[in-house]
Amino acid sequence: MRKNHFGNRLLLALTFVFLYAPIFVLIFFSFNATKSRTVWGGFSLQWYVRLFQDDAILSALRTTLLVSVLASLIAMVAGTAAAMGFAAMKRRSRHTLMSINNIPLTNADIVTGVSLSLLFMLAIGAFNATIGKAAGITLAKGFGTMLIAHVTFDIPYVILSVMPRLRQLDPHIYEAAQDLGARGFYAFRKVILPDLMPGIVNGTIIAFTMSVDDFVISYFTAGNKVSTLAMEVYSMARRKISPEINAISTLLFISVLALLVIVNLRQTRQNSAMRRQRAALTPKT
Amino acid sequence: MRNKGLAMPYVAWMAIFVVAPLILVLIYAFHNGSSFTLENFRAMGTYAAVFGRSFLLAAIATLICILIGYPVAWFLAREGPGLRRIATIVIMLPMWMNFLLQTYSWMSILENTGLLNTLFQKIGLIALVNGLFGTDFTYFPMINTRGAIVLGMVYNYLPFMILPIFTVIEKIDPRLIEAAQDLGASSAVVFRRLIFPLSVPGILSGVTMVFVPSVATFAISRLLGGGMVTLLGDLIETQFLGGSYNPYLGSAISLVMMAIVLISMAVMNRFGEGEEEAMLL
Repeated sequence: MRKNHFGNRLLLALTFVFLYAPIFVLIFFSFNATKSRTVWGGFSLQWYVRLFQDDAILSALRTTLLVSVLASLIAMVAGTAAAMGFAAMKRRSRHTLMSINNIPLTNADIVTGVSLSLLFMLAIGAFNATIGKAAGITLAKGFGTMLIAHVTFDIPYVILSVMPRLRQLDPHIYEAAQDLGARGFYAFRKVILPDLMPGIVNGTIIAFTMSVDDFVISYFTAGNKVSTLAMEVYSMARRKISPEINAISTLLFISVLALLVIVNLRQTRQNSAMRRQRAALTPKT
Repeated sequence: MRNKGLAMPYVAWMAIFVVAPLILVLIYAFHNGSSFTLENFRAMGTYAAVFGRSFLLAAIATLICILIGYPVAWFLAREGPGLRRIATIVIMLPMWMNFLLQTYSWMSILENTGLLNTLFQKIGLIALVNGLFGTDFTYFPMINTRGAIVLGMVYNYLPFMILPIFTVIEKIDPRLIEAAQDLGASSAVVFRRLIFPLSVPGILSGVTMVFVPSVATFAISRLLGGGMVTLLGDLIETQFLGGSYNPYLGSAISLVMMAIVLISMAVMNRFGEGEEEAMLL
């Protein structure tokens, strides 16, 4: 293929400017001395100070991270198990189940959110009217229902990225391990799991990303007692948004960036170490 | 290893949290709280304009995403491996911050006294336009318009168009292209006869990932449309959590929206004969 000339690169550059312009605006005005988010009034760190005194935003951040971490970890385990179960099935039932698995991915978020909120509403109502009434417990939508919703839309991503790995797996390896005396879970851990690992890690990262990025499904399933960062921003937008949101966006962006840089440096180092190892092992001719 | 039982907990989970909720939506759509009825669907005529507007804006956003996303993906696929890897990360990075934070940032860019209008004033663009056309703008109205909503959709979902197309183009065997060139095909022919047809699955997958969330959005239209432009998402949201509480009508609207989306996807996939699935990442 021919290399790009200047015009093509310009389009790439412009697209990146477009994608990052709002992020840089957020970061820039997080250092503003006045409350305005459009007029520069001098440098200050006051919004960072206030951010750490703002319980509503901090607890929203905690909720966001907690629900995303928990949901993606649960999805990691459940999704891997489910993918292995699916792989053991006959083609037809696997096909049907995979189609159901894909529903939360292809459906609009609002439909997923609305349908789950109907389910929770009816289930909680039924519980409160019967068992809850007898035991004196009143349930309501909250962190639990939101976590269930997140797990529900996270698992499909894990399954979709573990499935191809399972298909590439050589079934004889597991048998060989067993022949050599490794049993059940030990053989799985030592032989199967390392092969699946990249798929599992990738799927979990996507699941986590989707959870952090979600607003709509949380909005419909969290009730009015807990709120995620996105829900906080959304409810603020009706009133007046505080520049503390700029400050927290900046911190989020920097942490994500740092994380990515670390992961990539590690990967590059691992790759070059592997290459060196391989070079040392191959006999020179 | 070959243990179907491992999937059983998830099958039960899907039955309760994926299938049952959708059945509830179906039942609610044909119900009014006391008996089964079709009145929810009869009421739908009132909202024909909202349906039309939502699908139109989403279609425009999707088209713009293709027009920007395809060349970007194509040029990106021609770069060296190092730059390609960095670029993919750079495109994905904004997705790691919640999209509402960035949508909120667009509010400050597009506002009447916002950054763009301040810039236009400073460089004399507003005065120039006023002078040329005899208008008297003190600012260009950008926020709270349909254009702003489309911009918000394009901004938020563009990565979902670029990445699948990029993945598909990147996977094209370079030897195919060399073979075509050896047989005398010009770059234009190589693109038209080889690369474009092979990248159709990527486009289809991108279209799904941009169009579906665009049709159903309500946060973008609320923040950038200022509540002046009602879309399907807003309509559904107000039936469930907003002022006009009516989950029965809300379910019916969701059902019709879902049906239209599914039908258009089916038609599109038939049209594109997209057998292969191009997944994100």
